Amino acid sequence: MRLTGARALVKSLEDEGVEVIFGIPGGVMLPVFDALYESRMRKVLTRHEQGAAHAADGYARVTGRVGVCMSTSGPGATNLVTGIANAYMDSVPMVAISGQVATNLIGTDAFQEADTTGITLPIAKHNYLVKDPADIPDVVQEAFYIAHTGRPGPVVIDLPVDVSRAELEYRRREHPVLRGYKPTVKGHKKQIRMAARAILESRSPVIYAGGGVITAGAEGELKKLAAGNKIFVAHTLMGKGAFPESHRLSLGMLGMHGTRCANYAICETDLIVAVGARFDDRITGKLSEFAPKARVIHIDIDPAEISKNVRAHIPIVGDCRQVLKELNAAIRELKDEVQSPDRREWDSLVMDWKEKYPLTYEKGPGLKPQYVVEKIHEITGGNAIICTEVGQNQMWAAQFYPMEKPRRFVSSGGLGTMGFGFPASIGAQLGRPGDLVFDIAGDGSFQMTMQELATAVLEGAPVKVAILNNGYLGMVRQWQQLFYNRTYSCSCLEREQESPDFVALAEAFGAKGIRVTDPDLVEAAIVEAIETDCPVLIDFRVEPEENVYPMVAPGAPLYDMIGDMLYPVEKIHPEKAEEPFL
Amino acid sequence: MKHTLSVLVENKPGVLARVAELFARRGFNIESLAVGTTEKPDISRMTIVVDVEEHSLEQVRKQLHKLINVIEITDLDPETSVAREMVMAKIKVDAGNRSEVIEIADIFRGNIIDVSSESIIVEVTGNAPKLRAFEDLLKPYGIRELVRTGKVALPRGK
Ligand SMILES: Cc1ncc(C[n+]2csc(CCOP(=O)(O)OP(=O)(O)O)c2C)c(N)n1
Ligand SMILES: [Mg+2]
Repeated sequence: MRLTGARALVKSLEDEGVEVIFGIPGGVMLPVFDALYESRMRKVLTRHEQGAAHAADGYARVTGRVGVCMSTSGPGATNLVTGIANAYMDSVPMVAISGQVATNLIGTDAFQEADTTGITLPIAKHNYLVKDPADIPDVVQEAFYIAHTGRPGPVVIDLPVDVSRAELEYRRREHPVLRGYKPTVKGHKKQIRMAARAILESRSPVIYAGGGVITAGAEGELKKLAAGNKIFVAHTLMGKGAFPESHRLSLGMLGMHGTRCANYAICETDLIVAVGARFDDRITGKLSEFAPKARVIHIDIDPAEISKNVRAHIPIVGDCRQVLKELNAAIRELKDEVQSPDRREWDSLVMDWKEKYPLTYEKGPGLKPQYVVEKIHEITGGNAIICTEVGQNQMWAAQFYPMEKPRRFVSSGGLGTMGFGFPASIGAQLGRPGDLVFDIAGDGSFQMTMQELATAVLEGAPVKVAILNNGYLGMVRQWQQLFYNRTYSCSCLEREQESPDFVALAEAFGAKGIRVTDPDLVEAAIVEAIETDCPVLIDFRVEPEENVYPMVAPGAPLYDMIGDMLYPVEKIHPEKAEEPFL
Repeated sequence: MKHTLSVLVENKPGVLARVAELFARRGFNIESLAVGTTEKPDISRMTIVVDVEEHSLEQVRKQLHKLINVIEITDLDPETSVAREMVMAKIKVDAGNRSEVIEIADIFRGNIIDVSSESIIVEVTGNAPKLRAFEDLLKPYGIRELVRTGKVALPRGK
């Protein structure tokens, strides 16, 4: 079949089962958008390419499918960059397609030329500059395969305009041919048996569950492992939803703004079972004092993550679901053979922490951001898809919206991209049209991508934006308060006058705007938002100087948690009792 | 510690950039890098000498493996592999000492590949110590310009 490059691209995307594409056209992409016009794939015109990339990302996270975004060359492609980097850091499957100037102009600084493959080299799983139109079907097929297999990630296809105009004979391979790419899916049998034995022999094991559990769909096996062997589970931000937070064995999130019980358990455990996690600095705190007593089982599909930051005693490379399944089987086999130590003391120690140090906040007379999140949780029955921005809002969302199921918490973990949540919520809503989607936002973050209100309104994505409006770049302000002597340098978003008026802004875009200053009206506003069919923005005027606690100061060890209730450190580490936090 | 990695890659545009970028980004130092085609036209071999600790070497290998175009990585053990490098040196000579220099080149089984009234270019192939000795001996005469190819290596036997 003879097709133009553009038509071949569209056909390839259709063959991959793509349902929706987020993007913005431009000169060199006109052939592609022309070919897209007739396609049954849904085209979502965003108002900024960053929005397109984040929307594709949000779509991918809630559906588990590959998100697709498109841009023109030069500025279009550079606008995608933040979104690509974001997907890369959080291992989200995405294919980003950018236009490029004609092949004979590449390298001449032609109009709207940027070296897109060069720029995206370190922030994409792989990228392609297509020079031969005949390569298009293979490149698209490979890109999708690479994006969603192994450790997922974004793949960039840079398509020069003459290549999309030229003709080719369309043929599709049955399988992509990639000699240098064979992710290890099956875990090593012997290692798995060693891990099973270590788990059975452990007196105080803890599971540390990351986003890889969700990516692999391993939540069922994880639950079997935890519940079957009575192992406590701490999760990362990306791992939120990997294990039901209402479960007795759930310790909540660990790390910088994790729970005290999760962090103390990590400090005291003799065995960490890390699943689909990468020992990021926001998790470990001071590396040299991380989990000093623990042996480490590290299960991950990416061998490069194993022993990168924390040495693994029992490394297992493989797909988390497969490995956990085999691990559960191995434990069953070994159970009678191995004498397990009595874990009652550990159980009561951890449960004691859990009861004594729940996440809490001072219920003030004013409107507390935590209260807003709690109310959203209560009214949605914990069943909404929650997207977040970055900063305090993100941490409060993580702390006060417990998740029972995976793929419902969408947050920029690795890159910490302000402005991610709102476009991501649009993508999530289009991927899960039947679900209620909230973006728990900060006033600063929302202003980075708020133009997508137009997209939400026109595409009929009835997302609910709950701005925890503190008038500050709150997380920055918190750090300045704690570590820079309250010098609020460039972190206040208001002057004598407030700007913008978020309610008027929402209305200007054709969305509904609601302002809430009184705690008693929080519930009514949330209910009204949910009952409204169009996008709704609620401007919650929360306490401006509320802080996220507890907190491990950057560079401090996990047991050094600052916050309202200081745990007597000497109980765990008497020698450390005198040491300051920083 | 120095390690010699032999890396088979798909012969595609941009592969060298991917490898170089990875080393730069992850803060690994490349001592030398030689790249050329192999017996298969669609596969190139890179011989990369890195100076890293054992732990970092593991990271280098694993990160390299993540590059889609990288097919195979071998950490070449000096005991079981052969390695060569070529150097070309332009030496200042005059009628008086030209034959001395040629003699040194002979000892090192080098070739004279260019001669002019003021200088000659000597080409020598060997392992690193041999090339160092060669350089040291020629230094007193005055090395005008020098270029090395970087190490290339193959495992022995089989
Ligand atoms: C794109 C981007 N720029 C800057 C930062 C640094 N930063 C982290 S949190 C934060 C403040 C966020 O403010 P806001 O969205 O109002 O959230 P709050 O912390 O007040 O809830 C900033 C500036 C970032 N994470 N991302
Ligand atoms: Mg704020």
